[in-house]
Amino acid sequence: MTTTTSAGTRKLTIARAMAEATAQEMRNDPRVFVMGEDIGPLGGVFGNTRGLYDEFGPERVRDTPISETAFIGAAVGAASDGMRPIVELMFVDFFGVCMDAIYNLMAKNTYFSGGKVKVPMVLMTSTGGGYSDAGQHSQCLYGTFAHLPGMKVVAPSNAYDAKGLMTAAIHDDNPVVFMYHKSLQGMGWLGTEKGATVPVPEESYTLEIGKAAVVREGHDVTLVSLAAGVHHCLRAAQALEDEGFSAEVVDLRSLVPLDRETLRASVAKTGRLIVVDEDYHSFGVSGEIIASVVEHDHACLKAAPRRVAYPDIPIPFAPTMEQWALPNADKIVDAFHQMMLS
Amino acid sequence: MQPTTEQRLWMYRHMVLSRYLEERIESLYMEGKTPVFNMAKGPIPGEMHLSNGQEPCAVGVCAHLDPEDIVTATHRPHHIAVAKGVDLDAMVAEIFGKATGLAGGRGGHMHLFDAKVNFSCSGIIGEGLGPAVGAALSRKLQGKPGVAVAFMGEGAANQGAFHEALNLAAVWQLPVVFVIEDNAWGISVAKQASTAVPRNDRRAAAYDMPGVHVADNDVEAIFSAAGEAIARVREGQGPTLIEIETARLAGHFMGDGEDYRPKGEKEGLKQRDPIPRYRKQLLDAGLLDDASDDTLVEGAHARVEAAIRFAQDSEFLPPEAALEAVFV
Repeated sequence: MTTTTSAGTRKLTIARAMAEATAQEMRNDPRVFVMGEDIGPLGGVFGNTRGLYDEFGPERVRDTPISETAFIGAAVGAASDGMRPIVELMFVDFFGVCMDAIYNLMAKNTYFSGGKVKVPMVLMTSTGGGYSDAGQHSQCLYGTFAHLPGMKVVAPSNAYDAKGLMTAAIHDDNPVVFMYHKSLQGMGWLGTEKGATVPVPEESYTLEIGKAAVVREGHDVTLVSLAAGVHHCLRAAQALEDEGFSAEVVDLRSLVPLDRETLRASVAKTGRLIVVDEDYHSFGVSGEIIASVVEHDHACLKAAPRRVAYPDIPIPFAPTMEQWALPNADKIVDAFHQMMLS
Repeated sequence: MQPTTEQRLWMYRHMVLSRYLEERIESLYMEGKTPVFNMAKGPIPGEMHLSNGQEPCAVGVCAHLDPEDIVTATHRPHHIAVAKGVDLDAMVAEIFGKATGLAGGRGGHMHLFDAKVNFSCSGIIGEGLGPAVGAALSRKLQGKPGVAVAFMGEGAANQGAFHEALNLAAVWQLPVVFVIEDNAWGISVAKQASTAVPRNDRRAAAYDMPGVHVADNDVEAIFSAAGEAIARVREGQGPTLIEIETARLAGHFMGDGEDYRPKGEKEGLKQRDPIPRYRKQLLDAGLLDDASDDTLVEGAHARVEAAIRFAQDSEFLPPEAALEAVFV
């Protein structure tokens, strides 16, 4: 396992970075194979398996029927038998048809065997909206997966992290849910967050699952998010800097395990906390982040923590309504202003 | 396909072993649960799904399997675990929730995993089918020997997982055999009230695979049907679906009043108990006599008693061990 932090000048999208990490692992390890809907010759609806079919062929890059229960269950069986499958749940919203295979099999078989059965598999799945795909193709559901024990959960914000986390996920002897945000994939038809396409080394490397990153340092407020939300935070931090405030931005990168130490250290420094989450407001990631800080040390806060999260409503189709509901940099700046007024 | 004498006696011995294990579990389970039945009480708490009556399905299929072959079983798993060669001491200890159990007590009787003989089971209807398909795919991709068998009850044939898994196994021509143990009841709902076809083996036609029906809980007919199907998958000829008419001699779980059964049904089933039937068959064929039967039965009983003593003598893990083994 090689680890490096050196980034060259070659920029990749997250989609390309995921495909590159997968290809490198498939070259090294014959146990790694990929299954899912349209991941073969098409290269994945979101581009993250592009090139794999041509290089590795139909035995190791397997288009499946639209049968998530069967092929995710099959991945559990193959992983338990010594393979290292990577499976794709095309949209995370589709978890409803196959959650039993995910949370009752994939996430529990290790426990039910007293740790004797390993389930080394990666379940990659797309998240997020913002392009009017309505309420069954736009959710994030980070909290849903992170809530249920037995699976690691990662959600990168940029291509460098995506490659390192993907390689680490494939190496991991535990099931890892790899949640990639559609607006970061670099697919033109989805609109693309430019900040997600960054220099990525060609050689293989890993990022430790469970380590957050302070992606911008500051001392007046900590903005915490993951995936697309990190980019909203970075824009908000820039706007606040123009007003003379200094915001620190923490990119969680992983939800399970959650890097509470980095979070607490940042809030201990800034004394203020705003959590930004494109997942639903209640009972989710934003509440967990705030609890993780407050139950540890409530005295470190100079103001009540705030959250900028998706309201507790199904995701609407009309752009006017969807864009109104989504987190963005302006809402983060507003939250900070209110925090300073109160 | 006819069993050899050795296979016949192996099947009989494992049916006897499984039945006696369940009789002992049944009596131990009731400790602390009378006069008031409280599922949480006694040395074996929780739900208990006995498989007595269904032993022919387990031995008729597993007689053809080696430890390297994969079996996924159901919430009613004991007979299959016994026939697959799961470590009996560790299995019984797991049923008691002890430290020496297969999972240190984290799983219980519906979640028995023994990787040494590639056995697992689960508590959700139809859940073992996908993993069996995947294990079969694993063997195909690795070029390693071994086939997979997914056991299920007849109720599982109405689950989406059943249809998805059969289709996937057929599309990829994987070495997996699907075995339905049709005991005619999904808890309290009769098969004919829940299932549009009288025989689920007919559903194999939808996936262009052979569908085989075995009537009357007949040990050697099961052996023959399973042997042919397993030989086909070993030769790479694709999956088979088998439905076996079997009998659930107990309730769905212990504590089940079974008021839903037609009057006289249970008595009728007990008269057709497959173990005395097979014993008579072996006696008539001259493969067994009273003395050798006694020896075989005593041996099985002694093995079960030893496993129960092992479980009873074992300690529980400290409660905080519950926090371990979530991840490896």
